[in-house]
Amino acid sequence: MARQEKKRDVVIVGLGWTGSIMGMELCNEGLDVLALERGGDRDTVPDFQYPQVADELKYGVRYGFMQKPRKSTVTIRRSESETALPYRHLGSFLPGDGVGGAGMHWNGHTFRPMQEEFELKSYVEKNFGKDLISDDMAIQDWGISYKELEPYFDRFEKVAGISGYAGNLNGEIREGGNPFEAPRSDEFPMPPLDQTVDSNMFADAARKMGYHPYHRPSAVASTSYTNPYGMQLGPCNFCGFCERFGCLNYSKSSPQTCILDALKRKENFEYRTNAEVLKVELAADGKTAKGVTYIDANGEEVYQPADLVILAAYQLHNVHLMLLSGIGQAYNAATGEGVVGKNYAYQTNGGTALFFKDVDFNPFVGNGSNGHVIDDFAINQIDFGKEGFIGGSYISSGTFNGQPIRSMRLPADTPKWGAGWKEGIKDWYGHSMAIGSHGSNMSYHSNHLDLDPTYKDQHGRPLMRMTFNWKPNDIRMTQFMKSKIEPLAESMNPDIMQSSFKSEGAMYDVRPYQTTHNVGGAIMGTDPQSSAVNKFQQSWDVHNVFVLGASAFPQNIQYNPTGTVGALAYWAVDAIRKDYLPNPRPLA
Amino acid sequence: MSDANFKLNRRRFLQAGAAGTMLSAGYASGAFAKTATPALSEFTPEFFTADEWKFIMAATDRLIPADGEGPGALDARVPVFIDGQMAGPFGHAADWYMEGPHDPNAPAQLGYQSPLTPAEVYRAAIAELNAWCNDKHGSIFAELDKATKDSVLTALEKGEIKLESTKGANFFSLLLQNTKEGYFADPMYGGNHDMVAWKYIGFPGARASFREWVGVEKPYPLGPVDISGKRG
Repeated sequence: MARQEKKRDVVIVGLGWTGSIMGMELCNEGLDVLALERGGDRDTVPDFQYPQVADELKYGVRYGFMQKPRKSTVTIRRSESETALPYRHLGSFLPGDGVGGAGMHWNGHTFRPMQEEFELKSYVEKNFGKDLISDDMAIQDWGISYKELEPYFDRFEKVAGISGYAGNLNGEIREGGNPFEAPRSDEFPMPPLDQTVDSNMFADAARKMGYHPYHRPSAVASTSYTNPYGMQLGPCNFCGFCERFGCLNYSKSSPQTCILDALKRKENFEYRTNAEVLKVELAADGKTAKGVTYIDANGEEVYQPADLVILAAYQLHNVHLMLLSGIGQAYNAATGEGVVGKNYAYQTNGGTALFFKDVDFNPFVGNGSNGHVIDDFAINQIDFGKEGFIGGSYISSGTFNGQPIRSMRLPADTPKWGAGWKEGIKDWYGHSMAIGSHGSNMSYHSNHLDLDPTYKDQHGRPLMRMTFNWKPNDIRMTQFMKSKIEPLAESMNPDIMQSSFKSEGAMYDVRPYQTTHNVGGAIMGTDPQSSAVNKFQQSWDVHNVFVLGASAFPQNIQYNPTGTVGALAYWAVDAIRKDYLPNPRPLA
Repeated sequence: MSDANFKLNRRRFLQAGAAGTMLSAGYASGAFAKTATPALSEFTPEFFTADEWKFIMAATDRLIPADGEGPGALDARVPVFIDGQMAGPFGHAADWYMEGPHDPNAPAQLGYQSPLTPAEVYRAAIAELNAWCNDKHGSIFAELDKATKDSVLTALEKGEIKLESTKGANFFSLLLQNTKEGYFADPMYGGNHDMVAWKYIGFPGARASFREWVGVEKPYPLGPVDISGKRG
């Protein structure tokens, strides 16, 4: 028999970016808010403090801040004909764990999608014809426009304290910014960061080729800053321990540095750590949620009643909880019926490495979001009809870290071990850079999430099963990027150059790290037949459940997701405050 | 023969230590650190048996040999690192999902699918590989000459030697990964002794503050520091 706790106005599942935003905004509304975080508590001091955090093995290689598969993982297969097997140790993607979630160990790239990406299906049909969308493709419009979301992007960027330079300020195109971006209503809160050697070399070469390099919009502070919640950031010292680490310097934006200390001071806010939610409990008619059941730090089952349930866990866990709780109809890939679990998508990346014997890059000088970017081959710059694919990429160069266990880039003919390897690391450490493409990934009827028939988690619940593989459209897109990056790289006259892009027939490999941009599975849209949540991130079926985060993306954008995740959270909470709380009901 | 190897390794280690002392002359703390650490040949492993330890010493010495410029795996005390890892949470797969069923014949791209922990993989694989070496070459791995050791490691890397006891786990890739980790990780984990690998490639370790070096294209002048505060 579960212990029952006092009823709350709001229970939030997960205390990362979206949970913290919801907590702050709903507390400001006067509601009694409880956040349940499955992992431990974490703060700059003691968890990210110098010098203990500058430990590549513990955090960069053994994933000290990440989800432990023993506690929570998925099974993975590439097609229906394969048997899905557990993702037993981390590799391809690294979900977070604990307070701050993945928002504390991220790199901090904070983009806005292009306007066209929010209406991708309509954009393709209108400009290139329906035939370009193959039968297996499942792309959809988001049901929301860039224009509607713009004020909320602005809000998130001011809270997170983003460094950058606007390329389109209220329609005025400004040199040095991204000329292809959608209009911004305001300048970035902080000026762009200074850049490392590789980033500057890339920008020079890109400019010479007639491209339009701009500073990557970065959740790493370039100067001193106080955000709207009174939280303070200080300028980054380029320590080189950013990606996979908590920030030792109060420079990288995270729930800890931007929201939580202010939120924890509120009397109507409480959070409990090591509290893993097992299920959202529904009323008898299934139309509303009554609360959640979780396991507390002592292993005891607890029933926590609440009027409003916010799923603010990582994308995979939001979808898992919906499937386990019966919120919305589970997607069936064979029949195409159902919505929860459909349109799982990832990110299509590639890159070219450039080796320069005589250039000292000092790769240990860096931060997670350093770099210059070009959008000359981004989604709104490509003739999909002519090129024969749907999608695009941003292309960038910059150094995030030079930690030698995982950031030892070597020419392909260097032996993997022995005297030749030892010679290679001396010759080439600090003498290379890379130009990467970070691209969209379309959604397909066959790429989806459901419950695994065999494997169970530590609480006896079925693991979620991921069915995902690369598809020809996205391979064509990434090969197109290769054809643009290689001439740019050649123009820089490296001593050695080598490329790594997916080619025809590439199968998803769970072993090497690729990206933690898992999206979809609880997608937003215009109707309950084709989406799991409405444009306000509200479950179509259970109106007092809101599902935040990248699980709402109908296909993946060409950019990193966090800017959009933050904007959608502010958009959703605005709807909750202004429209839902006065009259709780389906908002669409 | 293994004794001879040990002596050779120890001599090499002491030579490297002497060179390091000359380079860092004037730093008393460095000199103290050296005298405080027992020689590798006198180290008593926590996890590995004596036979396994011989293999680890011999194999890591081939994966990162002392030949040529720069420290070898034994100079960096990589075996000490691996022993510590196998005795600790990583060796016991503390964070990994280990529930069955296991399909050791699964495509490699679906990742680690062995029921064995890393420590169990080392134990089983070393025994099987030593048996293979005995069968094929008449002695255990550690007692083979350098060229034969390299040919065995190459065959293992290419999958030409199939270790039945550790299917679903790639022992060679685990060993190589752990060897490189021990070479480059902070010295507190037992390897990268005296920051030799960091000094060799020019990585400043845990300095973690480079504001004035952003965009500067010339060699960084300072040597490494480790997490304990020692200077290399």
